[in-house]
Order: sequence, then C-alpha cells, then structure tokens
Amino acid sequence: MTKRVVIDPVTRIEGHLRIELETDGQVIKNAWSAATQYRGIEAIMAGRDPRDAWAFANRICGVCTSAHAVASLAAVENAIGSTPPRQAGLIRDMVTLSAAIQDHVIHFYHLHALDWVNVAAAATADPAAAVTFARAIGSAWKGNTLERMMAVRDTVKGILDSGQLSIFSGGYWDHPDYRLPAEANLMAVAHYLDALEFQRSMIRINAVFGGKNPHPNFLVGGMACSIDQDKSETVNQVQISEVEKWVAETLEFVSTCYVPDAMAIMGVYKDYFDIGASAPNYIAVGLMGAAYAGDPNQAPKYPSPTMEGFRPGVVLDDDVSVVHPFDPALIAESVASAWYTYSGGATTLTPDQGETTVGYTGPQLPYNWLSDADKYTWSKAPRYDGRPVQVGPLARIMVGYAGGHARTRQLVDDAAKKLGITPAQLNSTGGRTLARAVDALIAAEVLSDKIFPQFVTGLKKGDVDVFDATKWDPGTWPKSAAGYSLVEVARGTLGHWVRIENGAISLYQAIVPSTWNAGGRDEAGQMGPYESALAGNGRHPLANSAEPLEPLRTIHSFDPCISCAVHVLDAQGHELQVVTTS
Amino acid sequence: MTYALDGWQEPTLAENLAKAGVSRRDFLKFCGGLAAAFAAGGAGLSLAARAFGADPTAAPAATPTAEDIAGKLGALTKPVVVWLQLQECTGCVESALRSGGTTVEDLVLNLLSVNYNEAIMAAAGDAANRVLGNANAEPHILVVNGSVPLKDNGIYCAIGGESAETVLKNAAKNASAILAVGACAVWGSVQASRPNPTGAVGVDQIIKDKPVVNVAGCPPIGEVITATIAYLLTHDEPPKTDAQGRPLFAYEQRIHDSCPRRPHFDAGQFVRTFDDDGARGGWGLFHLGCKGPSTVSACPVIQWNQHTSWPIGAGHPCIGCTEKEFFDRFTPFYRELPNVPGFGVEGTAEKVGLGLVAAAVAGVGIHAGVTALRLAASKTTTAAEPLAALGDEAPASEPAAATESESE
Repeated sequence: MTKRVVIDPVTRIEGHLRIELETDGQVIKNAWSAATQYRGIEAIMAGRDPRDAWAFANRICGVCTSAHAVASLAAVENAIGSTPPRQAGLIRDMVTLSAAIQDHVIHFYHLHALDWVNVAAAATADPAAAVTFARAIGSAWKGNTLERMMAVRDTVKGILDSGQLSIFSGGYWDHPDYRLPAEANLMAVAHYLDALEFQRSMIRINAVFGGKNPHPNFLVGGMACSIDQDKSETVNQVQISEVEKWVAETLEFVSTCYVPDAMAIMGVYKDYFDIGASAPNYIAVGLMGAAYAGDPNQAPKYPSPTMEGFRPGVVLDDDVSVVHPFDPALIAESVASAWYTYSGGATTLTPDQGETTVGYTGPQLPYNWLSDADKYTWSKAPRYDGRPVQVGPLARIMVGYAGGHARTRQLVDDAAKKLGITPAQLNSTGGRTLARAVDALIAAEVLSDKIFPQFVTGLKKGDVDVFDATKWDPGTWPKSAAGYSLVEVARGTLGHWVRIENGAISLYQAIVPSTWNAGGRDEAGQMGPYESALAGNGRHPLANSAEPLEPLRTIHSFDPCISCAVHVLDAQGHELQVVTTS
Repeated sequence: MTYALDGWQEPTLAENLAKAGVSRRDFLKFCGGLAAAFAAGGAGLSLAARAFGADPTAAPAATPTAEDIAGKLGALTKPVVVWLQLQECTGCVESALRSGGTTVEDLVLNLLSVNYNEAIMAAAGDAANRVLGNANAEPHILVVNGSVPLKDNGIYCAIGGESAETVLKNAAKNASAILAVGACAVWGSVQASRPNPTGAVGVDQIIKDKPVVNVAGCPPIGEVITATIAYLLTHDEPPKTDAQGRPLFAYEQRIHDSCPRRPHFDAGQFVRTFDDDGARGGWGLFHLGCKGPSTVSACPVIQWNQHTSWPIGAGHPCIGCTEKEFFDRFTPFYRELPNVPGFGVEGTAEKVGLGLVAAAVAGVGIHAGVTALRLAASKTTTAAEPLAALGDEAPASEPAAATESESE
C-alpha cells in the first residue's frame, strides 16, 4: 500500500529543503525534492557596480562562503580583461581551498555523521576500547587518547542523564540501523568535537588574507591584502608562519582523522555502496578550487595547481573508460517542475535564449503536500545535453579517475580495494560520502605541497604584486562587455556569467552545483539527482517512516546547499533593466 | 571556598553542586550572602531580588531569604534555546561556529539546551517539528537568523509547510529574550536590498510586543554572537543597546573611532590605489570607499577569527555591514563617503557620519556618527524584563519601573 511521507525541514543542511516520498512496505517508490526558499537576488544585482558583485554573490551562501565571491570575480575579470597577478591567484587558492576543505569537514562531522553515529550509544562505550578502535582503523589522530575519550564519554553521559538533550533532542537513537560498535560511536563523537576546534583554527587562513570568515573580502583585479616581507603593515613572515602552521594542521586532520573515519564508518555501512545510485553523468572542470575566468578548455595565464593533470570533462553513463569534452553550450535549464515561467510556454531553454519570471502556483501556506502538482520547487532543473548530471566531489573523482589524474586513481583504487567495492559502486550514498573525504585529502595535499610553497617561493623572489590596477577604472572598460567563470567549489561546478553595459551590471547569471543536484523533474519526467537517488530503482530502504534515517543518509550524502540551489541569479539570458546607481 | 563545576551533568544546579561536593550548608551560606547583598539594596539588585522571590509589591526592604534563593537557584535547569534560521544563508551559524570566546560546544553542551537549530540538530522532519513545538511551549531564549519575506503571503520561505512569519511568531510567543542575529534578521540584508523582490523584513518589524536585541553584521563576529548569549546568562538580562537595538558591548563606537589606521587618516595619509605604497604602509582607506567613519562596530577591537585580523587590517575598506541598508546606502562600495573635504579634522569626519545617518534614518535616534552623543535615546527598556528561561518569574503586572529614562 502506498504511503506518503514528508521530511520537512530536512535538517543538517544549508537552507530549506522538503522531501516528499511515496513508500510501499519498507522501500521508497517515488520522491520529490522541493526547495522552499527564494530570495530573488538577480533583480537586486541589476544596475550595480560590477566591482561590488562579489560582495552580493558572497551572501548567496555562508556555508560555501568565498565560492560565489571568487566565481563572481573571475566572471567580471573575464569581462573587463583584468588579470590578477600570480600571487593574488595563489592567495585566492589558499582562501578558497581552506574554506572548501573546512566545508567538507563540517559536512562530514557536523551535518552527516549523526546519520551513522549514535550519540546516545557513545555514553555506554569503554573509552579504552575507543582508543583501540581508532588505532585499528589506522587513525593516527593526536586526539585519540584515553583521557580525551573518557572526558567525551562523561560529557555525553552528563547530557543524557540531565534529560536536556540540547541538539540531540528528538534524534532517532533507538533506530535499529545504527550499526557502529559503541566504541566507534564514542570515537566519532570525540572527533565531532575535535573537528569543531579544527575548523575554528585552520579557517584563520581566510582571516589573514580576507579579513574575516564567514564572508571574507575580495577584490576585482587581485586581492586587497598587500604582501611584503619587509613591511610591518602587510602580510609578512609573521602571518606566513601562522598560515604554514594552519596548512599543516589541515593536512594532518584530514589525513589522520577525517579519511580514516570516513573509510571506517562507510566500511561498517558497506551496503550503502549499493544504495542511493543517482544520475550516472558527471561534470568537473578541475580539482576542488580550480577557478577558470572564461573557457576552461584553455589554459589561463597563471594556471593554478588545482588544474594540473586534470582536464575539464564529462563522464556519461558511469563509464569511466572515456572522458567527453565539456561544452557549456550543451547546458539548458528546465522549469517544468519549478515555480517559474518561460514565455510561449517553453519549459526548457538554453542559456542564450533564457528568461526568468517567478510564477508561484503552489498551495497557500500552510500546506501538507506539494507534489501532486507538476510544479513543486524553487529550484530549476539543469540538464547537460538533456541528461540529469551529478556535480560535486563524486563528479571530480569520476572525471579525474576517467581522465587519469594520478592521485585520484591511486586513492580511489586503494579505497576500493580496502572496502572491497568497485569504482562503479561509487555512484551511491556511500560513494558520495567517501568521495568527499578523498576530495578533501587531495585538496589538502595540493594546498600544502603546491599552493602554499609556490606562494612562499614567489615572495622570496620579491614577487609582491597582488593587484592589477590597469582595469580598475570603469573608464578603461568597453562600453559593453561580457564574461563568465567556471569554478570547482565544494559542492561541484559553479558558473557565473555577467554582462556589463556602461559600467553597470545589465545581466548576471549563475549555474550552481546544488541546482544540478537538488532540481526536480524536467518535461521528459526525468528525476533530478536527489530524487533518483531516493526513488530511481524503487529499492531504497525506509524501515520506519516515522524515523526516516535512511533517506536522510542519502540526501545528506549530496551535502545540500539550498540557498545556492535556488536560482538566486538567473542562469538564463534574461535581460535585466539597467538602473543608475544613485 | 571555590568549587569547579565540571560541566552541567545533572538536571538542576542543586544536584550539580552536590555532585561537585558542595554541601547544602555551604550552598545556603552562599545564598545567604546573596540575600545580604539584596538587602543592602541598590537599584541594580531590585530586579534580581524580585526574581529570587521578593514580593514585587512589597516595600523595598522586603528581600528574599537565603532559603528563597537556594530554592530558586537550586531548581535552575539549563535555559532552553530555539535558534531559527529563516530567509538567510547560514553564515551566522557558521560565524558562531568560529567563535573562540564562548564556543559553540560550550553553548550547546554545557551552558544551554539548544533544542532547535536546523543546521546542527539531530532530528529532522516531524521529529524536529515536535522538538520545536515542545520548546516553544516553555520559556526559552529565541535566537533568529534570517529575514521574513512578507510578499505574496510568505511563499518565499516555508519551513515545515509553514511561513517564516508563522514560524517566527510561534517561537516568539513564549520567548523570554529575543536575539536577532545577523543583518538578515536585523533588517533583511541582501534580499531586502533594492528592489526587495520578496518583501523581506527584519525580526523587529514582526515582533513588536517584546524587545529584540539586534546583533548586527553580515555576519556578526562569532565571538559577539556567543557573547550576547553569554551576557544573558551572566547578567540575567539582555545587554544594554543603542537606539537600533545593538548591544553596546560590541556596537558602542564607530570603527573609525578605534581604527589603528586613524592616525594616518588624521595625518592625511591615504591609500590611493590598492596595493600602492600607502596600502603597503597601512594608510587610510577612506578614498577607496571605507565606511568605517559611518559604521558602528567593535571590529577593530575584537577582530575576527580569534583575533587573527579584520577587514581593514587585511587591506580592504570596511563595507559597513553592521549598518542598516548597507547594500544600498553604502554602494558602490568603492566610492568614498560623500562631502568629506580633506582630512585630519575630526569635526568633518563627525559630520560625515551624522549626515549619512540622518539622511537614512531620519527621525530615528541618531547614534552612528556621533561619538559625543552616544547613548542618546538609549534603548534600555529591556532592563525590566524578567527572563523566564533563566528561572525568573514574570511580575504579576507592573509598569516598567526599572526602565531607564529616554535620554540623558
């Protein structure tokens, strides 16, 4: 018998997401992904100074903070012909990579872990066994001490005994599908707390160069933070030494704590490599952090280490034997299931023809069920050559693996061997979670082994320029200019497009990772990736609809960022009115 | 005699004290000390005395006994917190995660019971909604991130099938303190900027029957967010605020007043282009559009990310994110503040702030620009509000006798 299940709010994500399900027995038969927030920033951008755009774009999301800012800078610089100096590019890489790695760590420990880790069970664990467990899974993390495990157990026990469960109130702690041994739960809770301390510490890299995090400051044409080894008011050896320490901390935590934890936990839940398979198509333009101003198929003047050995490409039908070239012209967006309308009744348009008009047709609030109607979400549904596509860490892993990126192949092959899975099984809930850990490790290595050392080498050689002043004055810009960017941010490939008329923004567009993943059905009825991960094969488990633990695992494996997903900026070619900034 | 409480492990303070080895007799002695302090009087103590059981209608001499206080204090449980996220970007929760002062783990595990926060709570869907309903039913501290979109019956932000406005009103009903944290909750921020497509407004435009503390900024400094909550716990009352509801402990002075680059400003030493010699010398950013002269914030004092740096310290002009409508009033960001001839004259700089603020919030108490006039029209009506979430009882009905005068 078909039963309807609603998960709203989906918690431990960014933004507001509602999942509607139809189940039969203990499996999911149908699923709808509904983004329930819209902010309309596209209209707000019109007529603004393009040098301000990064600051507006940054506010699209405070979780992947910096991602939209850098995509905005690259698009504007592409339009006006500005080339940030090499050192400015490396500084941006340090800021965005540290933020993206932090984002992955917070996702794993603070947003996703409670799907797998039973906090309540941690209170019953033997602290010595937790230390032994950590050693057994190859975790060399310095926090794996008996004293620490005892203290954490006592903290958890204290909270449970007090009856005031704080953020753990209402968790599904009696659900039979929490399968970790007690000591693994305790170790994971200890690492949850360690990760809080870690993210607070290493993100100071953002503050050194951007003044603050979240929402660090950036600058069209470079960075505002001057660098000079022999000046007291600039970034100098004092900060370089600190950054060096935080970069090392980052690699240490990711390699000794995060990766072993992800391997161990997904090893216990190995069946999740056969659950949650989604759209078998993937796009990636580089390693995490790669930021192209303009065509990603052409090498930029100062290529970033995040582009080395990784060609932009597309993997189709889970076939990792071939990488197809990435052609942005094959992207189109459907509004078949989204509360927007296209003129003439069209439901899918390519970027050169597009438009955006809000047209809410859903029920008035409050409501109980959305998806009886064709339209049920604020997220559009992007398609590549008509196909739904996954973007994100798994996509980078798949495209990197298929394209022969050496470190990706090595890490994936090692992990697959240890876990006894095939690379094809990575298209799964477990695969997305594992891929994120691998993605973080590769990024931490690139940050530590390439980006930071290259920055320091540049300083040694006296390369201190961080700003291209030649294109700062709008008088140097063409009367009409257009540009775009493609950036690999934490959740996948992000593109910004901008058109500038008479020094002001006339068009601003974005193609956002969570839109690719969270969008709903297209006019052909093809589900979006969240939806097909839950209902693509009719076998996704849901044992107890009152405690939807299993679908939460699958949704969280995508790391939803719904403020990003909802088209804050029009991805289509809609011309926005130019107004004069007063 | 001191005792170290090792976290909050038992339901009540009395039990926690007992666990820490504090005898009932010592506890009563401590409470007796408090009773003596209340008896000694002082306007500041009258509120606390009432909170601990003194009859508010009785003569001022009536003070609680040690037994009264012990009973009240001993039964204290951790304050319940409902932490909403409405129309926003989660940057404010992220900022709180960065706090190196009172940390999030302190707040969540030791000091408070944060029963509802969508970003970090374990429960989802129906289970989360039940937790919220239960927390809303009892006295609690309400923290709000995000704005409320009013246009088109609120369809632009729905949570659990309800509008953001309904979610906020339900949570505000039994709240004993309300903190609007971040520019979105304070005034709507980026989505409320011209032309405000979704009709986004701040919390105090919806909740008008209770004071709202406005922790301004996009986002606010993490330490300021957590300190505002810690202030409630320490002082039993919300922090004193300026005319816009911003806590004075973090929003008392303009950035310009405590900016380390101020001597360069006064000496007429300005950066003319990013990364020029002046930039490398840490000179004033005024001509590159710095909004420090018109922005109230303790950024230069507290700084960001455990005192690592701050926007001006990292060479970028202040964009004024603690001020209302900064995405409209302060843009283009790189255009210098208007009507500032030359440099070095404090009176001129004062006029800048005064002029801007007066233009933008005509009729509202002026604060931002004028250090000399600080505290004018100070919004201190919160002083008399009991904090039920902290164990206070609402007075039967009483005019706000403790409200401070409107201006000095």
